[in-house]
Amino acid sequence: MNDAAPALEVESLVKHFTSGRRIGAGGGTVHAVDDVSFSLRQGEMLGLVGESGSGKTTLANCVVRLHEPTSGSIRLHGRDITHLSRRDLRPLRRDLHMVFQDPYSSLNPRMTAGEIVGEPLRLHRLAGRKVRTGRVAEIFERVGLGPEHRFRYPHELSGGQRQRVGLARSLILNPSVLVADEPVSALDVSVQASILNLLRDLQRDMGFSCLFITHDLATVEFLCDRIAVMYLGKLVEVASRDEIFRDPEHPYTQALLSAALVPDPAEQRQRRRVVLEGDPPSPLDPPSGCRFRTRCPLHDLSAPDSDEIEPPLREVSPDHLVACHLSAPGSKTPRIADPPVTTPVTG
Amino acid sequence: MSAEPLLEVSDLSVRFDTDEGPLQAVDRVSFTLAPREVLGIVGESGCGKSVTCMSLVRLLPETAAVSGSAVFDGVDLLALGPRRLRRVRGREISYIFQEPMTSLNPVFTVGDQIGEVVRRHLGLSRRAARQRAVELLQLVRIPAPERRVDEYPHQLSGGMRQRVMIAMALACDPKVLIADEPTTALDVTIQAGILDLMREIRERLGTAIVLVTHNLGVVADIADRVIVMYAGRKVEEAPAEELFAAPQHPYTVGLLGAIPRPGERQERLEEIPGRVPAAAAPLEHCVFADRCRYADETTRTQVPALRAVRRDHLVACFHPEADRAA
Repeated sequence: MNDAAPALEVESLVKHFTSGRRIGAGGGTVHAVDDVSFSLRQGEMLGLVGESGSGKTTLANCVVRLHEPTSGSIRLHGRDITHLSRRDLRPLRRDLHMVFQDPYSSLNPRMTAGEIVGEPLRLHRLAGRKVRTGRVAEIFERVGLGPEHRFRYPHELSGGQRQRVGLARSLILNPSVLVADEPVSALDVSVQASILNLLRDLQRDMGFSCLFITHDLATVEFLCDRIAVMYLGKLVEVASRDEIFRDPEHPYTQALLSAALVPDPAEQRQRRRVVLEGDPPSPLDPPSGCRFRTRCPLHDLSAPDSDEIEPPLREVSPDHLVACHLSAPGSKTPRIADPPVTTPVTG
Repeated sequence: MSAEPLLEVSDLSVRFDTDEGPLQAVDRVSFTLAPREVLGIVGESGCGKSVTCMSLVRLLPETAAVSGSAVFDGVDLLALGPRRLRRVRGREISYIFQEPMTSLNPVFTVGDQIGEVVRRHLGLSRRAARQRAVELLQLVRIPAPERRVDEYPHQLSGGMRQRVMIAMALACDPKVLIADEPTTALDVTIQAGILDLMREIRERLGTAIVLVTHNLGVVADIADRVIVMYAGRKVEEAPAEELFAAPQHPYTVGLLGAIPRPGERQERLEEIPGRVPAAAAPLEHCVFADRCRYADETTRTQVPALRAVRRDHLVACFHPEADRAA
């Protein structure tokens, strides 16, 4: 393991799916992830934000090698894992874990919570039964589950408890990288809060790096150090949390931020909003040039470049990457909407 | 709201007989809806918000025992016979469901489905119904309505389908629109468009809207007045701005503290310990008692009555925020 290297490096990652021929629809290529590069720094929480169809889940699945990437590379602590066989991957699975969105379908209904959480230890032959029981008890306490929950089956647990079981399973091997795909979006607001607090505490205590995938901007703002915004298979903007919220550059990021609802009527009803026209194009046939151009409120300004040339993701100010023809070092895109007001730390 | 209410719900209770015994889903809920008003009903899953609304238009299964009254236009909806009910439902009061894909029939075109509503209720001819469908698609801002009217639901995106659902609901110019989590299945940028559309409908057609949601942001965006439900009861009711500025019930306070707020730096989110109680019969104490930090003997033995802490601001709590401030 190379300590200087980022925890995870993704370079020019591409994932295409071949869509099957059906009646009335020809086959084609789904451009789910197209030439995406980013790195997850040591001990960092990176939020990957996008709407449905943006390719964020496909990207996550490629990173943990649940999908075979079409091209590009993935490095874990400097080591290329893109083409490792399942067998060679196995030892690395200790270091790279995933938490899934749906706490209902991602737990085996025939195993007790204790067995589910102890399973990684058993599979990796890291501990005998006795030690395992001790470790399971420890992590149960850490994620806020009572010892009595060890003997319960998933259906006997609430949604929040199930997600805690999922977290415990992912963390029992003390991985250095955690990929969390919408871990709270199936949960009620008050339960969400406790899982988000827990994830934050665990990350601070255990020091793992985390790629957190979500459609909810407010969640990443609470949790993440840096934010990457994805649209139709491409990263359109990457910057620190403060920078994204204070100074969003890409018109899509601006639209996304302006659509986020502030739970305060006095403020929410004052904001200048931009509502995007039309629907996201199909990843089967992404637009030429800039993929956002068909819905871009600034298309008049960026044409004709944006119709033909794909804007590269480039650094426009230190640590702030944007893929837009209107954004360059020293020149900003026009502000089209009000981002949610940033107020100082509360509570 | 001084205007005569359009809809007046009194002491509505709903109980289900389930395999695991009876379940009190809604417990003595009362509220009114004024003309042109947007009333938000918020709460977490299982709080009874959807059941409340479904009982108004009698969409609940036979196993539901509904009591109380819901007076609309001088008649009690809960006591209507099937024929008169059909005349009200879909025509005077319409309903929009959360999942636009499963609520549309996949084998009929959009035009057929919207057309069916006006043909049934208003007796329009096939041709006139199609014309009306095109107008309605235009009203809900679907581009190229002449073409879209002949398309099937699978050819439309999620946002478009929800617009079609809204078009169907508006077909007979209803006085009340009940929208049950209308934007929950949609992306945020699409959600913004649907909320704008609902606002416009209220402005242009004067339709009163009951908006059921778990999302406090949606309520903050569009509701005039808000009801907070918890475990089948109405625990708080206030004008939207006031509810967010000065919440009274500890549950409302907790809920507001639990959501990550865009544009704000939060060190911690507030957690509400414990779980929602599932009751077989109406509880004879405060429903929030076992999760409430202010719970005491009174809370555990008596049902708090709704009381006005300010004008139009009701709370069912023995220890509302207002008392602590004093």
